[in-house]
Amino acid sequence: MNIPSDRQYTAEHEWIDAQGRVGITDYAQDALGDVVFVELPQVGLRVKAGEAFGAVESVKSVSDLFSPASGVVAAVNQKLVDQPELINQDPYGEGWIVKFENGWQGQDLMSHSEYGRQIGGTV
Amino acid sequence: MQTAIGDWHREHGARMTEFAGYDMPLFYQGQGILEEHRLVREAVGMFDVSHMGELLVRGPKAAEILDIVLSNQPSRLLPGQAIYSLMCAHDGGTVDDLVVYRKAQNTFLLVVNAANRSSDFSWIKAQLAAIPDSAKVEDVSLETALIAVQGPRALQVLAPLVDQDLAMLASFQFVNASIAGIPAMISRTGYTGEDGFEVYLKAAEAMTLWGRLHQLGVPAVGLGARDSLRLEARLALYGHELSRTISPLEAGLTRFVRLEGKGASFIGRQALLRQRERGLDFRLAGLMLPAGAIPRHGYRVGHGTVTIGDVTSGGFSPTLKQGLALALLPTDYTRPGTELWVMIRGKRVAARVAATPFYRRK
Repeated sequence: MNIPSDRQYTAEHEWIDAQGRVGITDYAQDALGDVVFVELPQVGLRVKAGEAFGAVESVKSVSDLFSPASGVVAAVNQKLVDQPELINQDPYGEGWIVKFENGWQGQDLMSHSEYGRQIGGTV
Repeated sequence: MQTAIGDWHREHGARMTEFAGYDMPLFYQGQGILEEHRLVREAVGMFDVSHMGELLVRGPKAAEILDIVLSNQPSRLLPGQAIYSLMCAHDGGTVDDLVVYRKAQNTFLLVVNAANRSSDFSWIKAQLAAIPDSAKVEDVSLETALIAVQGPRALQVLAPLVDQDLAMLASFQFVNASIAGIPAMISRTGYTGEDGFEVYLKAAEAMTLWGRLHQLGVPAVGLGARDSLRLEARLALYGHELSRTISPLEAGLTRFVRLEGKGASFIGRQALLRQRERGLDFRLAGLMLPAGAIPRHGYRVGHGTVTIGDVTSGGFSPTLKQGLALALLPTDYTRPGTELWVMIRGKRVAARVAATPFYRRK
């Protein structure tokens, strides 16, 4: 399972990088299966860490997106509107979901090795 | 528990899921539900559905007693024919839905839902006791495997392996045949809304046939696509569209219930006749949702400010690329075109009652 070392992770399988971009992990997209719709938050929305601020729907199930940080949504990945499968194809790159404005505050974040232990894989 | 093909699924990247006590493939890595669904609609796929229950009913009065146990009068069948039927309780609620095969004059095979296998067995056994020495029921599920080969190319794929002419089989007919040298019962049936066949064989020989089909390039398909395929085709799933508190009439399955005519005498008939006379309070309706709104089992359905029912099955339709649901609703709200809503994560999303099935093969 791919877990890049250049970003931090939550227990709910989201990642956040130094630029404040947020997505779901390879493990999460694999568990969900084919993603068919992403419910994106509004740009400008102020969210608290741990709050549900969107959802990822696969054919089989739906999974809430929990914010890894407190902050303001600066951008959402509009490509996901037409190509939700980017989350499956490139969860750490083209499949990013939202980006926070500078000044976001992470909460309960894990390093890639801690996250790797949580999902029971080797990093 | 696992089926005779369980190890193969794991070795071939199946995402496994628990279903009725069995570890079953949900989908296979590298394919996924969307691709597996498409394969069955456009070409062919094979399903290991060996978890299904098989109950053999045999005896001099097997036909007579099964006319009491089942709603669709199986005594009408000739050997080699099968029908879909409901099994009702005295109050008209549904004990199970099944396919009954007449294998010989006095031998019937009932293919039942895995989750209901042991309760069905007890129920049937109790009913058989009503007529002394009528018939015996035997649970042959564990020794029986079931491989469903479904899709427009199913005939083309299977025909060269079988020693009989499968093209001659009409829908719901079956033959005893040899397939890849293995004795099997092959029926033109399925649960996908496509043409296809179901192959019943000894569990010990299932892996040989499965391996052969795989070698021929038939892709394996998991239960995830089986569920999306059957939803598009509006095929009922017990525990969702049917239950002890949902009658076959409410579920829109009246054509599989012999309420009238010579020999109509099954358990639950009186209750269903009363239900029909009184008018149905509830009916199953199909709902279509706008792009991006995906209804799921248990979501509330409403009209105006009032909640009127629940989604019994819902999901994303890979063929129509939109959310679909079946919901049990008060009859007044079930006319196609009626504007309703489904509550999705705290928001009311517009839903329109649609004619079903959502998908019909050309």
